[in-house]
Amino acid sequence: MRRSVSIAVLTTTLLFGAGTITGPKNVLASAQQKPETTDVKIDNFSFGPATLTVPVGTTVTWTNRDDIPHTVVSTDGVFKSKVLDTDEKFSFTFSKAGTYPYFCSIHPKMTGKVVVQ
Amino acid sequence: MAGKVKDEILYDHNHDGIDRRGFLKCMAWAGTGALCVMSGGVLKSYSLSRLPELSAKDAMGELSFVQISDSHMGFNKPANPDVAGTLKAAVDKINALSAAPEFMLHTGDISHLSKPEEFDTVDQILKGAKPQDVFYVPGEHDVLNDDGKQFLERYGKGSKGGGWYSFDKKGAHFIGLVNVMNLKAGGLGTLGHDQLEWLEDDVKHLKHSTPIVVFAHIPLWSVYPEWGWGTEDSAQALAYLKKFGSVTVLNGHIHQVMQKVEGNVTFHTACSTAFPQPQPGKADSPGPMKVPAEQLKSVLGITDVNYVQGQHALAVVDSTLA
Repeated sequence: MRRSVSIAVLTTTLLFGAGTITGPKNVLASAQQKPETTDVKIDNFSFGPATLTVPVGTTVTWTNRDDIPHTVVSTDGVFKSKVLDTDEKFSFTFSKAGTYPYFCSIHPKMTGKVVVQ
Repeated sequence: MAGKVKDEILYDHNHDGIDRRGFLKCMAWAGTGALCVMSGGVLKSYSLSRLPELSAKDAMGELSFVQISDSHMGFNKPANPDVAGTLKAAVDKINALSAAPEFMLHTGDISHLSKPEEFDTVDQILKGAKPQDVFYVPGEHDVLNDDGKQFLERYGKGSKGGGWYSFDKKGAHFIGLVNVMNLKAGGLGTLGHDQLEWLEDDVKHLKHSTPIVVFAHIPLWSVYPEWGWGTEDSAQALAYLKKFGSVTVLNGHIHQVMQKVEGNVTFHTACSTAFPQPQPGKADSPGPMKVPAEQLKSVLGITDVNYVQGQHALAVVDSTLA
């Protein structure tokens, strides 16, 4: 019993550790001047990066760089963009921790996720 | 591709210039075409290059209609800065057909961004076509932002649910299906439970010998699921059509001509009138394909379909706008 508890604690630490390493790194890489915002590019019918890890309070901005319109729609109904034509943008501020899967409702094979920590 | 198929002929039982097995595998790419005549559920096929040798009876029927698709009015990117011009060229092509079509089917993506003025422009251009009746099904570009409300107001009079309907012409039964609504993350086109139930009921009373023409935007066969080119629950729809001797399925969405024959069903996709898209898997994405301006019209086109009453025959001919 005692042994299984310590394993659980160790696992939590590892997961938390992994999250804290990847989180700030992504934010810094894409938006060094404004750490509270970060970008997702839509290119060639895909979201880049497909998985984005950010701290709570981050505003994520999606930009459609394709010749075809796309949308950014939360699978769980948390956010939904209007249709984005070429070079149009959509932003959403993540104020709660959690995992937010999303997709393009016009081309549903396009999927992505935002992990907020 | 048609040229390639011709090169691979192993058996030419019908003396039609196309090997049966080769034809079943055939994907007739944009810029090429094939004429298909179905007789009692048996398909006869001719390459377009043989058309001049065919008798009028072979090539024309008592019912002639034309399919156009993917006009994408409002698109203005390098792949085609003048989609109104190429739609007008499609209308000219239709007006020049030797057998005047009685009506048109538009298999969706009428507009690029579901804007009222885009639909208005298409309506205006199509008024110049000899056939005045147009039967529409929506593409995903026609139902943006409003779950298809505007589309239904404009084109959905008398339709059921999300816009599906059927009608009869000279003994053939036409079924317009909608597979671009309520798409799920990671999924393909969807017909949905309500539409499938309606379809089962719609065809229940029909004789097995009734020729069936199904038209919808996204292909009802698995063309390339990796790019979303297929419909999740199309197998259920096709199961309801199994009893019929002749089923022709006409789709758009992929902006190129492809054909597949499976038992009693011939699947056919039409060219766009706006811009071409790449062959499955041959590019990073299915986005618009830029070709040299002088080649554009050779990769856009219309599809002319003829039905010979009594012979249960449908002839499908693709022609480019070049």
